Amino acid sequence: MTSSFPWLTVLGLIPLVTAVVVFALPTGVAGRAARPVALVGSVATLVVGIAMWTQYKGGTTKQQFQFVETHEWIRQFGVSYQVGIDGLALALILMSLVLVPVSLLAAWRDVPADGTRRMQNYFALMLVLETFMVGVFSATDVFLFYVFFEAMLIPVYFLIGSYGGARRQYAAVKFLLFSLLGGFVMLIAVIALYNYGPGGHQGFLLSNLTGLHLGTWPGRWLFLGFFFAFAVKAPMWPVHTWLPDAASEGRPATAVLLVGVLDKVGTFGMIRFCLQMFPEASKWATPVIIVLALISIIYGALVAIGQTDMMRLIAYTSVSHFGFIVLGIFAMTTTSQAGSDLYMVNHGFTTAALFLFGGFLVARGRSRDIRDYGGWQRVTPMLAGVFLIAGLSALSLPGMNSFISEFLVMVGTFQRYKVAGGVAALGVILAALYVLLLYKNVFTGPAPLADESGDGGHGEHGGGDGRAGELVPAGGGSVATQAGDDDGSHASVHGDSGTRSEQGANEDHASAGHTAPCGRVLAVPDLDLRERVVAGVLVAIIVALGFYPKPVLDVLRPATNVTMNLVHMHDPAPSVPTSQVNSK
Amino acid sequence: MIAAATGFSQTKIEYAAVVPMLVIFGVAMLGVVIEAFVPRRLRYVVQVAVTLLGLLAAFLTLIFSARDHKAVTAGGSVVIDGPALMFQGTVLVLSFLAVLVMAERFDTPSIDAFTQSGASVPGSPMETNAVRLGATSTEVFPLVLFAVGGMMLFPAAGDLLTVFIALEVLSLPLYILTGLARRRRLLSQEASMKYFLLGAFSSAFFLFGAALVFGYAGSLNFGTIAAAVSAGSGRDGILIPGIFLVAVGLLFKIGAVPFHSWTPDAYQGAPTPVAGFMAACTKVAAFGAFLRVFYVAFPGMKWNWQPIVVVVAILTMVVGAVLSVTQTDIKRLLAYSSITQAGFILVGVVALDRQAVSGTIVYVITYGFATIAAFALVAMVRSGGNEATHLSQWAGLGKTSPVVAALMALMMIAFAGIPLTSLFTAKYAIFSAAVGHGGTWLALIGVIFSAVAAFVYVRVIVLMYFSEPTGDTVVLTPSALTGIAVTVAAVLTVALGVFPTPLLDMAHNYSQFMR
Repeated sequence: MTSSFPWLTVLGLIPLVTAVVVFALPTGVAGRAARPVALVGSVATLVVGIAMWTQYKGGTTKQQFQFVETHEWIRQFGVSYQVGIDGLALALILMSLVLVPVSLLAAWRDVPADGTRRMQNYFALMLVLETFMVGVFSATDVFLFYVFFEAMLIPVYFLIGSYGGARRQYAAVKFLLFSLLGGFVMLIAVIALYNYGPGGHQGFLLSNLTGLHLGTWPGRWLFLGFFFAFAVKAPMWPVHTWLPDAASEGRPATAVLLVGVLDKVGTFGMIRFCLQMFPEASKWATPVIIVLALISIIYGALVAIGQTDMMRLIAYTSVSHFGFIVLGIFAMTTTSQAGSDLYMVNHGFTTAALFLFGGFLVARGRSRDIRDYGGWQRVTPMLAGVFLIAGLSALSLPGMNSFISEFLVMVGTFQRYKVAGGVAALGVILAALYVLLLYKNVFTGPAPLADESGDGGHGEHGGGDGRAGELVPAGGGSVATQAGDDDGSHASVHGDSGTRSEQGANEDHASAGHTAPCGRVLAVPDLDLRERVVAGVLVAIIVALGFYPKPVLDVLRPATNVTMNLVHMHDPAPSVPTSQVNSK
Repeated sequence: MIAAATGFSQTKIEYAAVVPMLVIFGVAMLGVVIEAFVPRRLRYVVQVAVTLLGLLAAFLTLIFSARDHKAVTAGGSVVIDGPALMFQGTVLVLSFLAVLVMAERFDTPSIDAFTQSGASVPGSPMETNAVRLGATSTEVFPLVLFAVGGMMLFPAAGDLLTVFIALEVLSLPLYILTGLARRRRLLSQEASMKYFLLGAFSSAFFLFGAALVFGYAGSLNFGTIAAAVSAGSGRDGILIPGIFLVAVGLLFKIGAVPFHSWTPDAYQGAPTPVAGFMAACTKVAAFGAFLRVFYVAFPGMKWNWQPIVVVVAILTMVVGAVLSVTQTDIKRLLAYSSITQAGFILVGVVALDRQAVSGTIVYVITYGFATIAAFALVAMVRSGGNEATHLSQWAGLGKTSPVVAALMALMMIAFAGIPLTSLFTAKYAIFSAAVGHGGTWLALIGVIFSAVAAFVYVRVIVLMYFSEPTGDTVVLTPSALTGIAVTVAAVLTVALGVFPTPLLDMAHNYSQFMR
């Protein structure tokens, strides 16, 4: 039935082996070889992943999981190394496998090859992370999942803490502590779940744990234990506060892997563990979770509008988008489930595009502060173009990938919860605001001017001060807030220069209706070949999934149906056949 | 009295079962003789070799002789059963590593961590003279062996009097060892004095408790006490205070709150390798003894002592975790960390079953390896000739000495209980024992304070990796001694996290107390 080839183990091992090779390269060679080796390794993983996809039997098989491998691991605890994937896991793994090489390519020049081990460690850490990604999505043993879930934190912690921006220490520690607290609470639920389950040497296999009759309150407590960890991971309001710090202080590539892939583990876990193992408790908790999801949607969007730090803005849009995903999961209709599953995949690409294109911009403008930009469409038209596409995808313009998923989520939610569907629709409007305001402030207006006066009088805007400042249209110098404690060695996003202040002042003048002072137009290179490849891949996927999502939907549909069967939910009586996914 | 009626009969001793302890005590006495007769320049080599061989020999006799001769022997005062063997073996292995670390000389003429003249007043002419004459401090090795002997007897004791004797045998050498630091000698002597006074105090509590229990049961033997408890005589008024006072004595050695206050001072003042030895091995022995006393002698009174242990466990986790956040000295930080970890173990101990015993065994083993390595690493980091124990001196270590920093980071990640390290396995084992017996809420408190403690460990990593190097901190290159110890500990810390099955099997097979 299942292929005997250990697809998933191989898929996990390739990046790990590559990471070891990259790490072990002698420093003399590493400057030239580390990045190509890492890229080749991650592309090879992707190729194997696509080969696996061709072997995947969509919809025809009765088994929930395919490519299952089972080996005994820790007999005494009832732990097995069992991996296997359903459609959702396959889609998320493929998404991760695409995002990793793209991120590696985007991170090519993040760390200079300065003869130390810093650069090769950076790439090795990202590859280790890829191994854990494959592991966490394919684990079908609860304990194994937990191990990957927690082990993932360590490479991310070092990626943020060693390579991030000025406030990287704070961001890294905050990220780790939030995640650890969530993880530890889940650990208790994991232990307790084993005690309620059949026990024995394979007591942690999902197949032995789904459909248990736990009793009302034990099931609810276990559900809460798992849900807490996933809500922190996802991240949902009010436990989202680590995300903006981690995403903005980490390098853009780190942010992509963190927000685009790792946070999906939260929503993935909600489906795989909360819904499928504790259907009764999930229904019990649904009202509260839907409210939290709606708060996340609206709150994330409102705070995003108020951000002055580009990366924090993008991070908050993700809070909003994760609200949609959670809403769709817990609305528990076939349509909303399918929408959420698809949304997870789409959001990965959209948010990757936003973070990476934002990163390209920051690498040129040397500031994350939106007020330091303006009119950049005139100097970097190509960057402006791809950024606009990414933004339009984030605001779910029809024709973009996110439109279909967001639409499905809202339609599905509306079938059961009319008010919730209505409130969620507000999020779409707000999304248009934060995306278009961002684009307007950064890319439109008169062309930015090069620094000629060497004007050092303007302070740096509070890009790194960690507070959600209002975007105040005032003179450049008047809102001079203190920047974070820059140690000077990783100054790529925080290094102070008069250019920025000049641009900032210029932009503010422009928005206040003044004519820009005369001067030489800022000379910034547009996207180079490497960046064009990154942008091209992401834009192609965004548009392709917008017009032809069928391959992904086909992969996802059986998974959605399994979930719906496991929670014993049926669509509300007048089933609205709005889309192809509704036909079972 | 019975013996008097029937005439004197010699107590039968199952020598095959107690031979490891006899080896240790024998080699310890041999060490004293060596100290007296072997020329000064040879003493170091001879002492180190004899001590390590002694520990090895004891371990081999444990495996090949004692293991096959489980027995209640020496008139019921020594019990060599599964847990006793397991705790004794653990003490021997951990001591072996600890002795390797203690023998480290770096490039000084004498053993680096220890003063050359322990009895002299710091800064006195006597001290100067001893240094000038090239005095050695090799007496630490017999002292360690005596302590190891006591630690082996502690969890194997079959009556309260033997527990007390073992307690003293293991404590007295530790009091002396604590005061022997080469650097910051006043602090070291102060720590020694504090440890001694508080230790003597707690021993007195224990003895008084033992007397009260004797008054209740008419015997000090655990089996007889257990029988008397289950028979019930209505004199709970002396039994319950007796149990509590016995608990005080044992919890003091464990380092549980509120009997923990000696721990940070003693660890900070003691020579760093000794601190590692105390943290690792004393904890093994003390938990062994605690389990035997409460699981064999007092299980019938569990309704009375379990709530107390629960309260102590919570206090220990809370105080250990919260106070460790404020520490700026790495040795004090590790001390508070050891308190927190003791609290986690107590969470499992409450469960009162075999799973708790095996969980405790796994925990003390994994914690022991990690903690000996951590202290060994601390001993290598120097600034201006002294150990750089202030946390700020560790800044940027990841850049200046990547290997030491990576190993320390591994230990910190292990202490934090991240999966794929040995202490995660242990934490899982101990918390699942608690959850299996209605202690879910206690385990929940445990994980919350695990997160608090994780902050502390993470902070060390932040300093080492995410901060820029400052000051004149240097890392000494260790000899093969420390190298082997740290490597073994690091390998086991990872290996027992990834493939814990053999250890778990062993701990389970040796978790049945003989009554």
